[in-house]
Amino acid sequence: MAFLEVRCLTKEFYGLRALDRVDFSVEERKILGIIGPNGAGKTTLFNIISGILRPTAGEIQFQGARINHLKPHQIAMAGIARTFQIVRPFGNFTVLKNVLVGFGHRFYPGLFSSAYRFEKETHLERAREILARVGMETYQGSIAKNLPLGLKKHLEIARALALDPSLLLLDEPMAGLQYEEFEKLAGLIRGLREEGITIVLIEHNMQVVMDLCERIVVLDHGVKIAEGSPEEVRTDPQVIEAYIGQEETVA
Amino acid sequence: MFGGYIITVAVTIGIYIILAMSLNIITGYAGQISLGHAAFWGIGAYCSALLSTRLGLPFWIGLPMTIAITALTGSLLAIPCLRVREDFLAITTIGINFVVQAVFLYVPFFGGAMGIGGIRSPFSTSSFFWITLIFVLVCIVLDRWLVTSWIGLALESIREDETAAAISGIDVVRFKVAAFAIGSGLTGLAGHLYAHFMTFISADDFGFPQSIVILSMIVFGGIGTLRGAILGAIILGVAPEIFRPVLDYRTLIYGGLLIFMMRFQPGGILGDQSVLPKLFRMVRQRSPALVRSG
Repeated sequence: MAFLEVRCLTKEFYGLRALDRVDFSVEERKILGIIGPNGAGKTTLFNIISGILRPTAGEIQFQGARINHLKPHQIAMAGIARTFQIVRPFGNFTVLKNVLVGFGHRFYPGLFSSAYRFEKETHLERAREILARVGMETYQGSIAKNLPLGLKKHLEIARALALDPSLLLLDEPMAGLQYEEFEKLAGLIRGLREEGITIVLIEHNMQVVMDLCERIVVLDHGVKIAEGSPEEVRTDPQVIEAYIGQEETVA
Repeated sequence: MFGGYIITVAVTIGIYIILAMSLNIITGYAGQISLGHAAFWGIGAYCSALLSTRLGLPFWIGLPMTIAITALTGSLLAIPCLRVREDFLAITTIGINFVVQAVFLYVPFFGGAMGIGGIRSPFSTSSFFWITLIFVLVCIVLDRWLVTSWIGLALESIREDETAAAISGIDVVRFKVAAFAIGSGLTGLAGHLYAHFMTFISADDFGFPQSIVILSMIVFGGIGTLRGAILGAIILGVAPEIFRPVLDYRTLIYGGLLIFMMRFQPGGILGDQSVLPKLFRMVRQRSPALVRSG
């Protein structure tokens, strides 16, 4: 059984098909890449998996259970964390407080446990460890909205890790980063996989996708046009067509 | 100890502080703008007045019942607010204010235009002052506890970014209702104190202009901070007493103040990013020895 399985997923916005019967699955402890031109439906796919949007049709199974009727916080509690392409940190919080938010789901079910203090040393310690993983330990006191984009992106990963997820959805983590930061982030992603976290990655940078991912799904206009190993995808004529454009054929 | 007039003003300000703190929980911490806060206050006051005059319940028994009923009503009224955000939420809450006030005014059960009188206060005016002061202190302690708890963190996360809060495992609907329940529970307390202090209440006391006054207090003091809510309530509560001659223009002045603060100091005078606290921090940093010795 696949770790995450997406079956025949369709999403329509007022008659416009953002996703059209998309199928794919991810094996546990693998990195799956999702690529495609702008407007291919990649972010919509993430929004559906994380519960922000409801699919028009289709089904998502996570560890054998259907999750596409759950609310975002329930999906987060089930172990799926994500980052956003357009970053959304808690702007007026410090970096450390941003990470602490991810611990809350362990306390919220109970009325009494949610009344506990969140700034306990054990939580702070754990949050600092997570920040150290993404290389942000020196920024723990900074206000999130004042950080440069690259650090905001790392902060989103830290916040996602605070949920202690088994599946991590990364929406263009490399976009807007300096070239030197690519290798470091790629190393971090590989490290997370080694720890047992399954990763689905949307990325525009082909080099990064080809290096990191075992399998790649290609979307174009909401339709899956190819799936396979980086090598297979790279040489797929449909993929080349979607990226470079169709040669004009005159009848 | 004090003159009757001073005590009356002090009790009124104490009630305003509780109201400002309660709105600060809903609007300042959870980020849910409410322009109808006086409605919740009115619900508390009417509930308290009815329990006292119809059932003859004493002050200390009416108090927890009023808080519970107001919190419950507040969370029920929050339901139409759950699906709307920002400007639509503002309009919905204004609507709630007018509906609630109209119910008090036109339903005979609530005394109609005559309001409810004859509420018996078991305390003298000066002991009422001490009781109000104690309740203000209790509310401050509760507020401090709230912001340092996981609930407080969830509320603030929702204010910062609802979607990001949801994908971080926070049940947004549940915590919005919680914010309205806690906030209106405190207005229940304020209403109970008000009804027993005034011994007479009417629908006029809880209109939309009152909601604006309460909102002005937290915006002026520094929205989202406890110190701002308290200071705003004190300054804007005392001001009309000092400037008696311009009392007729109160709403005008508050409205102008809101515009001025939004334009020049949106964080309020004591907000984290505002001029005064920044100056204070600067002075403190310049004299580290002073802080260490103190």
